[in-house]
Amino acid sequence: MSLAERAIQRRPGTNFELWSWYYFRISGVLLLFLALGHVYIMHIATPIEQVDYAFVAARYARPFWRTYDLVLLLLAMSHGVNGMRLIIHDYVRPRGWRVFAHSVLYSAALIFTVLGALVILTFQPVET
Amino acid sequence: MYRGREGMWSWIFHRMSGIGVLLFLFIHIVDTALIGWGPEVYNAVTRIYHEWTIFRFLQFLLIAAVLYHSFNGVRILMIDFWPKGYQYQRQMFYGAMALTLLALLPTGYFLLGPVFGLQVR
Repeated sequence: MSLAERAIQRRPGTNFELWSWYYFRISGVLLLFLALGHVYIMHIATPIEQVDYAFVAARYARPFWRTYDLVLLLLAMSHGVNGMRLIIHDYVRPRGWRVFAHSVLYSAALIFTVLGALVILTFQPVET
Repeated sequence: MYRGREGMWSWIFHRMSGIGVLLFLFIHIVDTALIGWGPEVYNAVTRIYHEWTIFRFLQFLLIAAVLYHSFNGVRILMIDFWPKGYQYQRQMFYGAMALTLLALLPTGYFLLGPVFGLQVR
């Protein structure tokens, strides 16, 4: 039995899917406020025509908004990737392809999360 | 053929909207990362979101997906944690749909109004 197969077979014996179930709901409740808040701020409270470099620079002068965006990024990514993991599990039946699809998903998630977090944490505006 | 009615459709819409929003999250990380290249580059990117009509419609679709996923998520929580929730799952599906459409009215006005020549601000 390959390592990948053993990893899949171990699943039902652990509480992993139970925690995944709870995680969807806990992160979902938080995202309800953070994601809808983000949409409200960017589309209703602010005319979107005003969302530009200067707007982001002013916003990111305050650590609060960097924290808000970082928490939103981490929650949305983990919630979304967990959902995608289950969708792949449902529709990609052959084991090799399923392991491959999951690997692509997790790699992309890691790369994009690091990129997003780097931008949020390190952005320094230039004088305009 | 399985005809699960409201329960099936709510599940299909939840998956489709979830995939759509995750896809946009990846795109959104890239467009935001372009801010590192300075004001000219970033403002050129945001101008695409503001000025291209197709992007206005895509943003409207995105917000529709976020709203439906949020409200149907509340429906799922009610089914799971409210003992009587499952008895009202059908009504709550229509409730989630109604709230989505209701919340889309102001969004549509601000986002799509200018496309149809309205002065919205």
